[in-house]
Amino acid sequence: MERDKNFVLGIYDDEDVLLSAVTKVRESGVKIHEVYSPYPVHGLEHNLGYRRSRLPIAAFLFGLLGTTLALTMQFYMMKYDWPLNIGGKDHAPIPNFIPVTFELTVLLAAFGMVAVFLISSNLKPWAQPRLFDLRSTDDKHVMAIDLVYNSAIERDRIVEVLKSSGASEINNKTFE
Amino acid sequence: MAHHTNYNLDQKFDFTAAAKKAIFIVGGIGALLLFIGILLPVLGVGADHAVHHGETGTHDAFHWTQRLFANLWINNVYFIGIGIIGVFFFAIQYAAQAGWSAGLLRVMISFGYWLPVGAIIMIVSFFIVNHDIFHWTHSYIFDANSPEFDRIINNKGNYFYWPMEKGSFPIFYIVRMFAFLGLWIFFFFKLKNLSFQEDLNGGVGYWYTIRKWAAIFLVVFAVTSSISAWDWVMSIDTHWFSTLFGWYVFSSWFVAGLSAMTLVAIFLRERGYLLMVNENHIHDMGKFIFAFSIFWTYLWFSQFLLIYYANIPEESIYFVERLRSDIYSPILFLNIGLNFVLPFFVLMTRDAKRHTIFLKVVCSFIIFGHWVDFFLMVQPGTIGQNGGIGFMEIGMFLVFASAVAFVVLTGLSKNLLVAKNNPMLEESYHHHI
Repeated sequence: MERDKNFVLGIYDDEDVLLSAVTKVRESGVKIHEVYSPYPVHGLEHNLGYRRSRLPIAAFLFGLLGTTLALTMQFYMMKYDWPLNIGGKDHAPIPNFIPVTFELTVLLAAFGMVAVFLISSNLKPWAQPRLFDLRSTDDKHVMAIDLVYNSAIERDRIVEVLKSSGASEINNKTFE
Repeated sequence: MAHHTNYNLDQKFDFTAAAKKAIFIVGGIGALLLFIGILLPVLGVGADHAVHHGETGTHDAFHWTQRLFANLWINNVYFIGIGIIGVFFFAIQYAAQAGWSAGLLRVMISFGYWLPVGAIIMIVSFFIVNHDIFHWTHSYIFDANSPEFDRIINNKGNYFYWPMEKGSFPIFYIVRMFAFLGLWIFFFFKLKNLSFQEDLNGGVGYWYTIRKWAAIFLVVFAVTSSISAWDWVMSIDTHWFSTLFGWYVFSSWFVAGLSAMTLVAIFLRERGYLLMVNENHIHDMGKFIFAFSIFWTYLWFSQFLLIYYANIPEESIYFVERLRSDIYSPILFLNIGLNFVLPFFVLMTRDAKRHTIFLKVVCSFIIFGHWVDFFLMVQPGTIGQNGGIGFMEIGMFLVFASAVAFVVLTGLSKNLLVAKNNPMLEESYHHHI
């Protein structure tokens, strides 16, 4: 069997049951591949033990890039490429540069953050989403468990853990 | 999440003798510094340049009392602002139907206890400081036959003197001062008493009543905060005006008030009070401080950039006085460093807002930083090149700050620390970000 292809799914009806189930399943040693829910469930990523997103670091670095770009551009244009006398001010009036610098910082931070998010979440326009169960877009929470990744544990044991954690049904899912 | 701790909602803050002693020591150090600051010019130390380079002409030679009065006015305006911001932030929680902050409501409203005290000091000091702080109080400005006649101020005269004759008694100004302070004190007592009655009787009805009064107060405060900023601060530079000055002063008050509330909340938590306030609530206060520090910077810079760019003499004089001065120019950059650069970089990360040590440092610097902001609004326009941050300034600041801390903490110790029947408490327990 190949990894990332063969799954056993636990279907949950209620978010509170799901939240405690996630903790129980993890405590039993079964590793969860992912949980799919129709709406954001508060505290789910905490119970799944996800690390905090590193997206803010990307945002900060892109913001820094925007600041550098804006200042370089303005200094080059105003001071070296085409100096103009505007209101008798210095050729490089730093206060005048601040609005453009601010705007480019925000723009690049925002665009960079969105781009990093799309790339890291594999949300390219031609990406084919893998649907474990269509009902996870409607009213069911779906917990996917990779059988190969959990090969140390028998399938029957995984089913038993899911059942005792409150799953309303247990299904198989195999991707080509 | 099922975890639920039973919090002691009947807890009262015990304002211990040790805490009082600490505050009195700070106030005592302030009084000592203030005394040294007065003694030095009285004995003639460092007074050499003041007479020669001071303003000449109609003004008498510089006298140390002018600097004392300028300090009195800076601290009056600054701390009355922190007081009203406590009431304002309390009202905002109700108007916004916020649930996360329910555990902090008493900390916010307790800052209003400074209002009655501060109002009395402010009104009394206005009659002491008037000629030394407010140029427009001189009657000869309005006399067309006088060589000192000032056409621009004469045109603005009715704003101070209506309906009396210009140059007589500034009745309109004083009525406004009484009305604004009176309204603020009225709304403070109204909101505070309703909140305390809720403790005794319970029920959601109080929440709706407080929300109604909070909404009325916010409308009143929107108008009065702006006009009070023109009256108490902007009228010092009588010729000059800035259309966003009201918001600029408000934002300065707001950041300082938020920092003071956060410090009090942290102080209480460290002494075993307000246990329901956890790092999530502190995190949100930190976000407010971070966001409104940037808002203050935005307003400060908007005011500066337009004046700098347009370069119209009667506008740019305001910044010429501050930037072309060896005394004020470093302080102006200190102002931006303390109120923008420091909170922006230190409070940017999530961890900094959740660990109290960062907040304690930043909040303390911000409270001093916004005092510096008010210092820069008042001193250059009143005592010019005779000013600066010296013994007198630091001393007066410490005296006022410890007085405010004493009054606020005494008020806080009078009633329950948590509005125990507030319908939002349950939401506040589960606040998680």
